Amino acid sequence: MTGGNASTGSPYAPHTVEETAAMLDAVGVENAEDLFDIPDSVRFDGEFGIEKHTEQASRRKLERTLGENRNLTEFLGRGQYSHYVPSLVDHIADRSEFLTSYTQYQPEVTQGFLQALFEYQSMLVELTGLEIANASMYDHATALAESALLASRVRRTSGTKVLVPEYLLPGRRSVLENYTEGPGLVVEAFATDDGNVDLDSLAESMDDDVVMVYAENPTTRGTIEENLATIGDLAHDHEALFCLGTDPVALALLQRPIDVGADVVVGDAATLGLPASYGMGLGLFATREEFVRQVPGRLVGVSEDEDDNRAFTLTLQTREQHIRRERATSNICTNQAWVALRTAIHIAYLGSSGLVELAERCVTLADDLAERLDDISGVQAPVHDRHHFREFVAHTDQPAPPIVSDLEERGFAVHEVGEHEVQVCVTDVNEHAVGEFVTLFQEVAR
Amino acid sequence: MRYTQAKWERESDDLYEPLLSEKDGNAVEVESSLPDELTRDSLELPDLSEPELARHYTRLSQMNYGIDSGPYPLGSCTMKYNPKFTEDVAALPGASVHPDRSEGSVQGTLELMHGLQDYLARIGGMDAVSLQPPAGAAGEFTGILVAKAFHEANGEGDQRTEIIVPDSAHGTNPASAALGGYDVVELPSAGDGRVDLDALSAAVGDSTALFMLTNPNTLGLFERDIEEIADIVHDAGGLLYYDGANLNALLGRARPGDMGFDIMHYNVHKTFATPHGGGGPGAGPIGVDERLAEFLPAPRVRKVETRYERFDPARTIGKVHGFTGNWLVLVKTYAYIMRLGDEGLSDASEKAVLNANYLASQIEYDVPFDPFHHEFVASAGDQDAADVAKRMLDYGVHPPTTKWPEIVSEALMTEPTEIENRETLDELAQAFNAVAAEDDETLASAPETTTAKRIDQASAARNLRLSWQTLDE
Repeated sequence: MTGGNASTGSPYAPHTVEETAAMLDAVGVENAEDLFDIPDSVRFDGEFGIEKHTEQASRRKLERTLGENRNLTEFLGRGQYSHYVPSLVDHIADRSEFLTSYTQYQPEVTQGFLQALFEYQSMLVELTGLEIANASMYDHATALAESALLASRVRRTSGTKVLVPEYLLPGRRSVLENYTEGPGLVVEAFATDDGNVDLDSLAESMDDDVVMVYAENPTTRGTIEENLATIGDLAHDHEALFCLGTDPVALALLQRPIDVGADVVVGDAATLGLPASYGMGLGLFATREEFVRQVPGRLVGVSEDEDDNRAFTLTLQTREQHIRRERATSNICTNQAWVALRTAIHIAYLGSSGLVELAERCVTLADDLAERLDDISGVQAPVHDRHHFREFVAHTDQPAPPIVSDLEERGFAVHEVGEHEVQVCVTDVNEHAVGEFVTLFQEVAR
Repeated sequence: MRYTQAKWERESDDLYEPLLSEKDGNAVEVESSLPDELTRDSLELPDLSEPELARHYTRLSQMNYGIDSGPYPLGSCTMKYNPKFTEDVAALPGASVHPDRSEGSVQGTLELMHGLQDYLARIGGMDAVSLQPPAGAAGEFTGILVAKAFHEANGEGDQRTEIIVPDSAHGTNPASAALGGYDVVELPSAGDGRVDLDALSAAVGDSTALFMLTNPNTLGLFERDIEEIADIVHDAGGLLYYDGANLNALLGRARPGDMGFDIMHYNVHKTFATPHGGGGPGAGPIGVDERLAEFLPAPRVRKVETRYERFDPARTIGKVHGFTGNWLVLVKTYAYIMRLGDEGLSDASEKAVLNANYLASQIEYDVPFDPFHHEFVASAGDQDAADVAKRMLDYGVHPPTTKWPEIVSEALMTEPTEIENRETLDELAQAFNAVAAEDDETLASAPETTTAKRIDQASAARNLRLSWQTLDE
């Protein structure tokens, strides 16, 4: 069964047989194949062997395939976090005027999306304290990579070194290395201590060749970094930029990046607005006003229309690839605009107090769960004597791998981060299952 | 057809739908169980009720034009109908698992990834596919990294420092090449709008790493000498890269792999009708020849007997996205390809080409280069193409891509895609023809029916106001 009159071919091409014939006639060819100016030697006369399905059959088949995934309660984090996404977000973002539109190259007819993106930028400005936020990068890792490129462009003296903490996720580090290799930068790690930056190690690594120092708050191990301002000072003493990795929920509670000397803030903003999505994200990117002409990605600004009314438009496009080509600040074209819309709606839904409350729950839920796991004989949690946000590492006297797989058998997923270490993440989406999780943990950790 | 777009404004002044901050800003003092020195003092964001927000965003949507609002013939952007059921599939709980889940617990996800790798390989005539790049430009960049790894493995990494790009190429090509650390060599087009073989022969050599080409090119012209082009590049030891932006024109009729391309990316948000979402997310999987498969980003997915597993290609370049790319977009892609199958994909391409040719035959603007495939570039002649675009908005259609490629003066790059019926194409043609007959003054004062009148874009760049925090200044 197909909708409409297209009983053959693409279900989304509306042509009837008569219409096709009349159009071919108007164009002046006998059949459509005559329009394909392809030499015989490279013509494809085979088949892909891809069977056509009705909508119903496609859907059923995909439901079945994705249904093969086990239904686990995830206590997983480490760079990908889920919070409950209000229904409003789905329903508004799925309005087709938003979902099916293109980049806002004709601003007069796309004021709605431009305003939503302007509001997104404004929310990030409030959250970071930095003056400029772009309208999105792909994810945390690519935003981090772009920040290193920004640093190498804006730094007054030359240099090639990007310093990152040794706790940096391997995926993030790999993306950073891939982006920075072409421009001739090298990535080096400094030591961390008890989950956080080891200031002595960082100080030793600093020299005038460093263009950027990167740290995260909260860290990959869920700890809250206590010496951000010192890290910023160490970077600035050597004229390097200080880049801070974080997310909008953490930003609602933790020290403002501007107050600790951050020059760039990157991270994944899809902690609000998207479910886990198998790692799909939204690259947060904010920086200081002085760097605005070196910013990667799109910027929405305010202007006036012919009636002197306020109007929104993409601006500073001369930095972008479609104008500047090989001298562009970035190659990004298609970004994550729709995810930014979702995140903006989610932030607006929570409001100031809602967002702060959600962030505070990330602290208390993790504290409470760590305490309950710590009560289990053979488990010490958290292993780092630090404040935590959403997640923490627990030491298990028994080897971690069987604990993780036993938990999975019982319907729960946690990270294995060492021979005797697991990492556990708790937010509003799994807090309802904490009781059962603790009981099972006690069984499997014995 | 005339069109009046929604416009919401307050009585009190001329502002459009107010900013959230103008409706209700609310600063709260931040209180926490954490020590004060680790937390911020206050946070000021809007605080509105859910009904207020529902109206605000609904109004914003009404002030926005999407493919479901009307024709969107943006050349090279391939704006086509986004089937609704793919949204429902992407919203299934099984689609949204955490990326660090164990292999055994996400067999469905891995099966789907494996299936999509396979579909794309067949469609492109490629031997191996990676789904990771989160956009077309990211796919280009990934392809460049793979090419670099290949040359380095052959001991030619230091020698091959140049990437050749035609002057008509998308701006992402040179930008991605530069990001990869390569020198960009721009290749001028021949008089017929295609690759100039002599110029190409002169440009390639021992330092050529890659030649990036779109086929059909941005004028909608098929590069008929593609086999010779491939030979010239390969004889010089370079690799040939296929920019998938125009793949919609070839589905089922020609495959980049068969034409001699070694690497390609797929713009799934174009060819396979996943929504553009106002600028993204898209996804840019890449396909490669078997000699290059071992360099692809990690992980890929393979099937071992009845089980799907992740694996790292032997000499992988590593990663180009923190996790697995824009996964939900890939789910929609898979659903779309499965829905159409061989028959539907081939028909989509046929109707896209028919529509472009039909529309071109009905408009009075000059189309300097033909025959063409799925898109054509008309010239606005004495009119300013940007003004033509603004005026077309009044006729209820999104205008074509303008002033590019520069090889056609005052270019109107038009791609109706397969989804329009004859009646809509006729309306589109009427809009083109009505505007062609209008005087410069009418054009310069357009649009008049949209939410905003003509916007002063220069002033936005001169006086930068990039957040609501700057509006009081």
